[in-house]
Amino acid sequence: MPDFAPVIGLEVHVQLNTATKMFCACPNRFGDPPNTNVCPVCLGLPGALPVPNAAAIEAAVKAALYLNCSVSSFSKFDRKNYFYPDLPKAYQISQYDLPIGTRGSLEIEVSGTTRRIGITRIHLEEDAGKLVHAPGASLVDLNRAGTPLLEIVSAPEIFSPEEAYAYLSSLRLLMLYLGISNCNMEEGSLRCDANISLRPAGSSTLGTKVEIKNLNSFKGVQKALAFEIKRQSSLLATGTPIVQETRLYDAATDKTLSMRSKEEAHDYRYFPDPDLVPMTFSPEYLARLRDNLPETPQHRAQRFVSAFGLSQYDATVLTSDPALASYFEDTIAAGASPKLAANWIANNLLSALHQTSTSIGACKIRPPQLAALINLVETGTLSSTSAKTVVFPAVFEKGIDPNAVVAEMGLAQVSDTTQIDQWVVDAIRANPDVLDSLRKGKVKAVAKLVGSVMQMSRGKANAALVSQRIAAILKDMHGIEISG
Amino acid sequence: METVREWLNALRTGECSARDAVTTALERIRTVDPQLQAVIAIDPERALAQADTIDRQRAGGEDPGPLAGLPIGIKDVICEKDVECTCASQILKGYRPPYDATVITMLRRAGAIPVARLNMDEFAMGSSTDHSAFAITRNPWDTNRIPGGSSGGSAAAVAARMLPCALGSDTGGSIRQPAALCGVTGLKPTYGRVSRYGLVAYASSLDQIGPLALTVEDIALLLPHLAGHDPHDATSANLPVPNYPAALFQDLRGVRLGVPKEYFIAGLDPAVETAVRSALHLFARNGADCVEISLPHTEYAIATYYIIATAEASSNLARYDGIHYGWRAPESTTLDEVYSHTRRRGFGEEVIRRIILGTYVLSSGYYDAYYLKALKVRTLIRQDFTRAFDTVDAIVTPTSPTPAFALGEKLNDPLQMYLSDIFTVSVNLAGIPGLSVPCGFSPDGLPIGLQILAKPFDEMMLLRVGHAWQQLTDFHLRRPPVCATSFSRPTTHA
Repeated sequence: MPDFAPVIGLEVHVQLNTATKMFCACPNRFGDPPNTNVCPVCLGLPGALPVPNAAAIEAAVKAALYLNCSVSSFSKFDRKNYFYPDLPKAYQISQYDLPIGTRGSLEIEVSGTTRRIGITRIHLEEDAGKLVHAPGASLVDLNRAGTPLLEIVSAPEIFSPEEAYAYLSSLRLLMLYLGISNCNMEEGSLRCDANISLRPAGSSTLGTKVEIKNLNSFKGVQKALAFEIKRQSSLLATGTPIVQETRLYDAATDKTLSMRSKEEAHDYRYFPDPDLVPMTFSPEYLARLRDNLPETPQHRAQRFVSAFGLSQYDATVLTSDPALASYFEDTIAAGASPKLAANWIANNLLSALHQTSTSIGACKIRPPQLAALINLVETGTLSSTSAKTVVFPAVFEKGIDPNAVVAEMGLAQVSDTTQIDQWVVDAIRANPDVLDSLRKGKVKAVAKLVGSVMQMSRGKANAALVSQRIAAILKDMHGIEISG
Repeated sequence: METVREWLNALRTGECSARDAVTTALERIRTVDPQLQAVIAIDPERALAQADTIDRQRAGGEDPGPLAGLPIGIKDVICEKDVECTCASQILKGYRPPYDATVITMLRRAGAIPVARLNMDEFAMGSSTDHSAFAITRNPWDTNRIPGGSSGGSAAAVAARMLPCALGSDTGGSIRQPAALCGVTGLKPTYGRVSRYGLVAYASSLDQIGPLALTVEDIALLLPHLAGHDPHDATSANLPVPNYPAALFQDLRGVRLGVPKEYFIAGLDPAVETAVRSALHLFARNGADCVEISLPHTEYAIATYYIIATAEASSNLARYDGIHYGWRAPESTTLDEVYSHTRRRGFGEEVIRRIILGTYVLSSGYYDAYYLKALKVRTLIRQDFTRAFDTVDAIVTPTSPTPAFALGEKLNDPLQMYLSDIFTVSVNLAGIPGLSVPCGFSPDGLPIGLQILAKPFDEMMLLRVGHAWQQLTDFHLRRPPVCATSFSRPTTHA
């Protein structure tokens, strides 16, 4: 069987999280009762007119700049005409030949190799409504109609399902960094269609492409593409031509099924929307937006390594979510040591968030509290064990001040040498056999003294200090050297 | 009590209450309209309720607005909250918009009272008002003739003195041509001058709402309450609204009038040509400079218009699919049947013809040859006017090549009907304002209209020239046979 190489292009729709819809003042909100966030404009009533949402246009331009697109000074909206019950005007306001951004790119990393994937275009459009199919009837919910939508089309430069996964993860992260979308696939605020064709390995001509829809997770995209590669390879291997068609992914079976062939493809009769005036972007406006773009995740991770001395791994984990990265920086700003903060966040905090399915935004322990906790350990006021097992869980659950927990539960360590010396002397006195053992070279017997001190202090003695003082007293008062 | 000024005077002096005004208008409609069928619907209760509010305000010392109590007719293409708006189409039968058009909001704020929904060609497509799904409106000067269109109901209602004024819409001449054919005054404002929000779209880049009345003075009184920037219409101009009535105090001296040679063509009715030529003499005798100009791309205007207008219409009218509102063909079982049966039976022939034309010119493979080419020619037509206005202040032309034609005469000859827009469509393509004023009568006693054009947003010039014209002539004051006797007094009720 000859080797076939896949060529993949991804079409991603990102719903913008603007307060209002693309062309009217209705709330842009998910999850409300059907047909409650609607008005004459998004219902497509006769005579109603669209007025573009400046915030959505700005978000689209920022996204284009962030994805290294060229943004021309002139862009316009076009009508895409087709009949469907979820499309009340029977046309979608979209962009055709003059999209907001063109020729951008995105960096992905797959098994240690970094590649740059081209972005063909990025344009702004309005979302359609939703059909709800009930027995004997189909219902139309137009709450979603008119939601601002960014369509981001990659170049056919993705060569494996793993790269597709990496592309989507990277794109999602960039959108989260920009703060323009919630990128929540379950709520449909990030959606993806994939185009895939196969060609003999080494060939430079493209094969017949198949479009896959109904992809509801990044893993689903990866699995659907893997299935398609297998399906198309075996067809090509037997000389069967690939049919250009749209296929639906079935998450239950990880297979794709034919939906419709391209012969029924629509003629969308695009033309400039006469209800809207073209958009113009001055060089000053574009420069201002470009200057105020957020740091990219890669830059931020690099900065965490160079400025805070974090490992590349910790830096990557901490920058995998802009809110987490900000949390980390806020914790440092509140006085915690960067390395300790990184350890606490990457280990204790993330696992606690994960176990309780809490987002970093909803996390009750805020950066100043975490910094305070870290400092209690670093100054020796609190033992590392107590911090992890007692204080952190309490603060995580209730969002209270760690100092208060320590005080309330009497967890403060005793680091007073006079007190510790007293306990050590008492411990030696109570365990005369230890001295004999030590004189015989059984150094491990010291543990008995430590245990005794801890018992007398009810665990509050600073363990490091206790070991240090035992060694000093054994030497000074009994002439026994145990260290070194 | 016929002109807006006369009605407003009677209302202001208290000679006539708002309730009297509405009652009078309704009574005139009841008396005259059966012969003309200009009115699609009236809602007396609603109009009287608004009138009573105004009367109460006035009695309580409040200012009910500069147009308080003035009855106005609304072309059935402009949305009024909770009032059936059919666009004279079966497909919108029973449709009641849940919102007011911006012009309705503005008129109400000024105190005007919408009293009647006026007939039109279905979806404003036509030049005769015999393409209405409900009734054929007749010309008040000869009831065997059409009133023009598409705002034929508006023009006929004003000409027959049923109402002092009405709103129309003009996409290719739909205010000016019926105004000319019915002997009234009609203004198509500059594109963007009046909000289109709430005007059911035919061709969005050409549509504009405007007033029809008996005199230019009346138009000047109404326009301030229609014009202005509307944040709900992205194509509305954010420019100050001039004091339009001030234009009435300027005469013709020093005004340069251009006469485009391309508008005096074969097919121009001799009576129309004579009336327009004598108008030019009168203008010249009264201080205006009349010069011949050229608008070289005029011959392409009709073709350009019918490509752009139908392309936009095919998209604008796609929403009438029987799914969300309006009429649905009853026995459809599949989704495709709902679409095809509803649209095939809900739309009239002319609307279907234009949808198909528009669909064709936008289709893949034809777009460049038709739609894109038409956009380029549109630019040339616009440039013709820009160049002309470098040397003249206004342009004067016939409004329509002929007086009113007979009912049904062009029903089966759409091309002939399209040609009756030959002098008006360029104006919409260029986006400039145009005014039609009565300028004479044919040997058959049919009114003839004179069209005056000006630079974008220079409605002041139109009002100045038009008013000066009406100071020199009385064509606009002559009454059609249906109301040969004057309605002099308001109907008063105890």
